[in-house]
Amino acid sequence: MWSDTQHRQNAALAHSLVAEMATPQKKDTHMETFLKVEQLSKTYVEGKPVFEGVSFGIERGEFVCIIGHSGCGKTTVLNVLAGLDNASSGHVFMDGREVQGPSLDRGVVFQGHALMPWLTVRQNIAFAVRSKWPQWSRGQVDERVRKYVKLVGLDAAIDKKPSQLSGGMKQRVGIARAFSVQPKMLLLDEPFGALDALTRGSIQDELIEIVRSTGQTVFMITHDVDEAIFLADRILLMSNGAKTPQGYVPGRIAEVVRNTLPSDRKRAGLHHLQGYYELRNHIVDFLVSRAKPQDDH
Amino acid sequence: MNTSLRLKSSLLSLLLLAALVMVWHVATMPRQALPLSATTLTPEQIEYQKMLGKDPAAAGASSAKSAGFPTPAQMGQTILRHFSDPIYDNGPNDKGILIQLAHSLARVGLGFALACLVAVPLGFVIGMSPMLYRALDPFIQVLKPISPLAWMPLALYTIKDSSVSGIFVIFICSVWPMLINTAFGVASVRRDWLNVAATLELSAPRKAFEVILPAAAPTILTGMRISMGIAWLVIVAAEMLVGGTGIGYFVWNEWNNLSLTNVIFAILVIGVVGMLLDLFFARLQKWVTYVE
Repeated sequence: MWSDTQHRQNAALAHSLVAEMATPQKKDTHMETFLKVEQLSKTYVEGKPVFEGVSFGIERGEFVCIIGHSGCGKTTVLNVLAGLDNASSGHVFMDGREVQGPSLDRGVVFQGHALMPWLTVRQNIAFAVRSKWPQWSRGQVDERVRKYVKLVGLDAAIDKKPSQLSGGMKQRVGIARAFSVQPKMLLLDEPFGALDALTRGSIQDELIEIVRSTGQTVFMITHDVDEAIFLADRILLMSNGAKTPQGYVPGRIAEVVRNTLPSDRKRAGLHHLQGYYELRNHIVDFLVSRAKPQDDH
Repeated sequence: MNTSLRLKSSLLSLLLLAALVMVWHVATMPRQALPLSATTLTPEQIEYQKMLGKDPAAAGASSAKSAGFPTPAQMGQTILRHFSDPIYDNGPNDKGILIQLAHSLARVGLGFALACLVAVPLGFVIGMSPMLYRALDPFIQVLKPISPLAWMPLALYTIKDSSVSGIFVIFICSVWPMLINTAFGVASVRRDWLNVAATLELSAPRKAFEVILPAAAPTILTGMRISMGIAWLVIVAAEMLVGGTGIGYFVWNEWNNLSLTNVIFAILVIGVVGMLLDLFFARLQKWVTYVE
């Protein structure tokens, strides 16, 4: 139904949107695709994989969000991309090389900020910077630290410990830390989930500004439909594994939605943009009615 | 508010102390009616007492000594006497209190340091490897509840040196809390921090010293504090057994001299030093503790 409308390149016709049904067999044929995920699956219980046949690609400089209910395995997908977890089968290639284990090339912003509580903001970021450039002098490291702290607007709190910061500030430090090592790709595991709506909004603004100015490639998990619409160029909709009359169906990328809203969209005017509600309704409909084929909870 | 609370509690402490000393004073007041007084005895009985080496005529003069339990005043004198000359050495049975304390502290320090050297690295390894944790757990569980003094004969037999045996006993009692706490602290370092370390491609030593060690430090320090508490308890008993030097030996020696004032004095000193040691570790603990 949605696939009928194909205006993916035309920003002027922003009110339409494109959804491609991602078939499990679909092979990404673009050689230049920056990140390629091929036939990923994760099995904890034999015969009941959490997800199976997850394949997608991310272009350089693209912002991709993944949405799905809890338990569909999106965090596992992200951890596999980060190299922190192993898939039961399938491969991930980044920049033509297979992802094996964690690397400084893929920065991760964790759900719970994961700052070292015994270090100050400055030390937390310096910790990351020194890991990437061990030969740097103290001055060089500090210069870079201050640059990234400034980027997220935390100059005043640079010598504070994380426990003295609010949730939003902590998450900003997490973002600054991830950016400071200049990763080729940024992975965000629901970074704003624990924040209040106002804080979330302002950090989203900061994030998208940094991402746009640096051309950063981003893969992000979110539960928030508006957040995905605001930030992402493409949105992957992931369904849960579930029992159906036909038997067990593992979780998969059910659909890929291309965001056709103008790329310079602002959060404030987002809901006035043409096509916004169609996009939003489509995603919400998916989450409500199709993400869990059989309600077995 | 806070200062007034502190003031009140200090005042109450002082009052309690005063009351305690008062009760003590009253309880140890010299009794008038002495059982062996020259006036109540027949001449034969006086003669008999003299033959036993007790002169009833002189009993009144020495009543303070024969009263047994020392009075607070006597205690005060003893304390002053000890502190006015804390460092002297008149042979094996007569040393200044600071010399005795130094011997005990040196034994505790040495045994404790050795225990640190073994327990912290071993605890680290055990905490990192669930396999080793399980493999060593039965040994730890069996060895941990053994009273450190039970090792004494074995130590004396194998080491053949009483002083080193004392150090060994301190070592063996300090090692378990530290080992268990280090392993627990290392094993329960938050997954997130390890993930950060992994994504930053930290080398194993950097990960150990800059992530796991600071993360586990409060737990490790708790183990050390418990160990130090036990070590200070055990050293007194160990020195009573081993003899020679140390605050424990002092207590036993003064008991043999039937000098209760000195025994009470030693008890007070043991308590105060134990408190200072605990305070020191509490300070260290506070220093490494972080707020999440």
